[in-house]
Amino acid sequence: MNLSLALWLTQDAVVNGAVYALLALALIVVYTVTRVIFVPQGEFISFAALSLATLQNGKVPGTVHLLIATGLVVAVLDGWRMAKTRDFSRLPRLVLFNIALPLAVAALAWWSASRPTDVWLQVLVTLGIVIPFGSMIYRLAYQPLASASILVLLIVSVAVHYMMVGLGLVFFGGEGLRASIFPGFNFDVGILTISLQSIGIVLSSVVLMVVLWLYFGYTVYGKALRATAMNRIGSRLVGISTEFSGKLSFTLAALIGAISGILIAPITTVYYDTGFLIALKGFVGAIIGGMGSYPIAAVGSLLVGFLESYSSFWASSFKESIIFTLIIPVLLWRSLGKHRIEEEEEE
Amino acid sequence: MNPWLPVGGLVAVLLAAPLALSEFQIVLLNYIGLASIVALGLVLLTGIAGLMSFGQAAFVGVAAYTSAVLTTQYNMSPWLTLPVALVLTGTLALAIGAITLRLSGHYLPLGTIAWGIAIFYLFGNLEILGKYSGVAGIPSINLFGLELGGARELYYLIWLMTIGASIAVRNLLDSRSGRAIRALKNRVTMAESFGIDTARMKIVIFLYAALLAALSGWLYAHFLRYVSPQPFNLNSGIDYLFMAVIGGSGAVWGAVLGASILTLLKEWLKDLLPYLMPQSGNYETVVFGFMVVLFLHRTREGVIPYLTRLMPRKDKPRPSLEVAALPRRAQPEAGGTLLSIDQASKSFGALQAVSNVSFEMRSDEILAVIGPNGAGKSTLFNLVSGVLPVSSGRISFLDQRIDRMTGREAARLGIVRTFQHVNLMKNMSVLENVALGAHLRSSSGVVASSLRLERAEEARIMAEAARQLDRIGLGDRLHDPAGTLPLGAQRLIEIARALAADPVLLLLDEPAAGLRHLEKKALAALLNDLRKSGVSILLVEHDMEFVMGLVDRVIVLNFGQKIAEGTPREVQSNPAVIDAYLGGIE
Amino acid sequence: MSATLEVEKLAVSYDKVEALHGASLRVDKGSIVTVIGPNGAGKTTMLAAMMGLLPSRGAIVYGGRDISMMPVEARVDEGLCLVPERRELFSEMSVEDNLLLGAFSRIRRGAGKIDGDIEEIFTRFPRLKERRRQLAGTLSGGERQMLALGRALMAKPQLLMLDEPSLGLAPRIVRDIFHVIASLRSSGVSILLVEQNARAALQVADYGYVLELGEVVLEGPAASLVTNPRVAETYLGLAGAAD
Repeated sequence: MNLSLALWLTQDAVVNGAVYALLALALIVVYTVTRVIFVPQGEFISFAALSLATLQNGKVPGTVHLLIATGLVVAVLDGWRMAKTRDFSRLPRLVLFNIALPLAVAALAWWSASRPTDVWLQVLVTLGIVIPFGSMIYRLAYQPLASASILVLLIVSVAVHYMMVGLGLVFFGGEGLRASIFPGFNFDVGILTISLQSIGIVLSSVVLMVVLWLYFGYTVYGKALRATAMNRIGSRLVGISTEFSGKLSFTLAALIGAISGILIAPITTVYYDTGFLIALKGFVGAIIGGMGSYPIAAVGSLLVGFLESYSSFWASSFKESIIFTLIIPVLLWRSLGKHRIEEEEEE
Repeated sequence: MNPWLPVGGLVAVLLAAPLALSEFQIVLLNYIGLASIVALGLVLLTGIAGLMSFGQAAFVGVAAYTSAVLTTQYNMSPWLTLPVALVLTGTLALAIGAITLRLSGHYLPLGTIAWGIAIFYLFGNLEILGKYSGVAGIPSINLFGLELGGARELYYLIWLMTIGASIAVRNLLDSRSGRAIRALKNRVTMAESFGIDTARMKIVIFLYAALLAALSGWLYAHFLRYVSPQPFNLNSGIDYLFMAVIGGSGAVWGAVLGASILTLLKEWLKDLLPYLMPQSGNYETVVFGFMVVLFLHRTREGVIPYLTRLMPRKDKPRPSLEVAALPRRAQPEAGGTLLSIDQASKSFGALQAVSNVSFEMRSDEILAVIGPNGAGKSTLFNLVSGVLPVSSGRISFLDQRIDRMTGREAARLGIVRTFQHVNLMKNMSVLENVALGAHLRSSSGVVASSLRLERAEEARIMAEAARQLDRIGLGDRLHDPAGTLPLGAQRLIEIARALAADPVLLLLDEPAAGLRHLEKKALAALLNDLRKSGVSILLVEHDMEFVMGLVDRVIVLNFGQKIAEGTPREVQSNPAVIDAYLGGIE
Repeated sequence: MSATLEVEKLAVSYDKVEALHGASLRVDKGSIVTVIGPNGAGKTTMLAAMMGLLPSRGAIVYGGRDISMMPVEARVDEGLCLVPERRELFSEMSVEDNLLLGAFSRIRRGAGKIDGDIEEIFTRFPRLKERRRQLAGTLSGGERQMLALGRALMAKPQLLMLDEPSLGLAPRIVRDIFHVIASLRSSGVSILLVEQNARAALQVADYGYVLELGEVVLEGPAASLVTNPRVAETYLGLAGAAD
């Protein structure tokens, strides 16, 4: 292997690793706050990338219809609950977020489909489509089960994953799509050719991580989410409701998924089920971080990126086996450091 | 209702089924049987023991491929490849289990996803396994000259094994090992303190589940006569878990029911949806996912627990006491030094919970440790019972160092405890909870239990448990779920369970809390009786009145330190003690 | 005097076991009421039910309205606040952030600046000011209790429920904590105090209830309970021997 190849593989590794690190962050936030192992995280990626590509093809993606329908279901369910308790103080919010917002996004999407060259509008519409799904999915699938065991929540996650992958296939078909955001421009640094796209990805990931770091460290709502992850009872006692933190963490997950999807759309052909495999690698990163430590998970995600990139060169057909076997020594290392700490959950 | 009635009914229906059903329906039934066997392992692993695995499909695949390769390339008979497949899968399970089972909570399912995927990709990339195109031309099974080539012929073998495996798992759950397995879920500390090797038990049932998966895989290979990686991917692993959860992961028949519901649902959706939504197919997974979510919103525990609630409860008969008693250990000579604590300390980070506490205890003594809340009494208890290791100092029991021992090792020496926060298995009967205490006085293993070869010993355990329950006055509540008794009674059950372990030193953590006046009197009388029979008792208590009338000596702790020691009367008039307890705010 | 809280026949069950069998009590506006009783009597259960952490039967009337169906967070919005036995602090956050989140319910409903409120807490507990940047998990037992109290006060509660505030604390610290509790009365906060340290509790309280095995077995003005022979014998523990 020569130096330029090594550098090229490294570039690949860093680009992928940056995306995995973002996903690992989303998975950790959702898990620590709600105890949900969020398997469908990858579907946000697919939905975003494919919606973007569809808009660029001048069509309105099916995810828009799904957004309107899901919003309606939420509005009906919560409206029913309000009618039963006769407390309509939150009705305007409900209508705004679950009916007005999806309709506005749909209008924008319809307009955007007629302007195939307006990339930033497409990105905006894509974000507008995917992000609201976060809190809607939490509301419909998880909120009624907030007190259930981790196993039940995990099973629900898998079922939601099935639904979303199935819908992805319905909306986008089995063919892969590719979008373009940054102009395809390469430049040479010494012997290495760097594409503008890969710089865009790494830069965007870093910016997003810094923004999230500021959010969690310096805003009341970010702190409230961290508080929920640390101490569920304590956070309820200061008035942070399970519903609030659940919806907020899922919204963040959707945001991260949407941005990841937009970032990878130009560099790889995305199929309806591509997101799942990408998110699984984010999982590997998150597991390395013990589903709790974000910095370790970020390093772990980079490690996954390197392993993937180099093993695809040396042993491409065993690439996936190698990456997923990597978890086992990591688990071993984690288990050695742990002495008889057993979470005694009440039945 | 006779527990064998549904089994008998099921067997009859299954026997008659092939006469009435079409070839296609038989094939479906075969798939249900194959899936049931795997789901059974998950009932044990996930439902009962709380260990989640998404990787069972990989085990099915290992066995299927083993038999496929050996029969097609080495012309081995399927009956020879069955043991090979079992051994190979078992070895793999032991290796994977040794690593991943040490992890609790969320690590385990994620770990199983990881190796499930890794093994799947291995299937698809190994030359010898035919890569993604798989292995074809697998021979059928020949049973005493009878060629089990078609679905109809294999049907009987598959269901024979399904029923057999169900009965074996059911037997296992209703045994000494079964009680230990149930304690793996959220009750590890308690189980260890009664001598159950929980780490080993986890490996054993992981192996058990893997072997069931292997059996299914072997049948699968010779049923389809062709294997490829696809049926052993993560999705299949997920489906098996779905089956167990939907059927009711805590019940054996839940596996068969869950496998039936899921297999039929998928089939039905495949048939029905194209009619409902003809424009673009493939809504199956969407509707399937939707139904699973809806289902879990309605009933989290699965179908079987829901059905059982509808049926009247029928208790087993009272265990007969006319059996040989379990062996008892020799009690140490009265009056000698039993327990000696020398400068024991325990700190948690900056908090010094117990600091330099020393005292001795004679055998046949009742000694109380008292002190205000947060004084370090429970921590001291955990040090003596091996739940926590000391930070410094030494603790000896009958001249043997125990300060670094685990709870399990301490239990072997006869140090048995109760827990301040009642630590019973709430859904298990009172009798079974107490029977768990006798774990170390019996020895039957998983295999004997599955095959019901341990009934004689089981009867002796049950008799012992019933005897101890009679002793504490709960002999009329044997078959009630422990969680339905009042808290005071639950504390007494804890004591009965400890007594079933035949203790030398009995550690009681606030036994009188929550008891009414008369109950306290009865408890005091019981403890006095025990002392007469040679058992030494160390108790932590808050209730002064109870302690004063009962114990020989009192140790007083405050802020982790011993501030007084002596007879109850001496301690009562000790100014330091009065200050610790009554230190008002003036 | 008008009642801040009136609890009628409150019952709580775990699984199928009833841990609290129809306890009734009343807290008047601006008064300190204490509930004493031995371990396992159901004191903590009762507080958890009033706060909405456990489902219960019976009526919990607060400010003239039955709140027994409200979720915890809504009760916080209404001015109920619980300092639990285990404190439940955010251990990996600074003292200051813990206090800030104490006001979360007010911030969410649009309270503006709360820096002044944090300063007020610091005046009440100077120790916390010294440690404002320290992580809550590194505090000593007494400081943790002060932080728990401070965090609760940040919500500007009308009814403060304290579960064993003296638990595991040195006598000097217990004294400090009880002085703070007594001083809160003058600021108009009603307090429901659950304590094992019966003597200290009865010294600051106006009225007391004795809970035993999930039932109120005795009640009366605090001064009369201190001299009640039954209380002296059972709950003041060694009192008889001491005199």
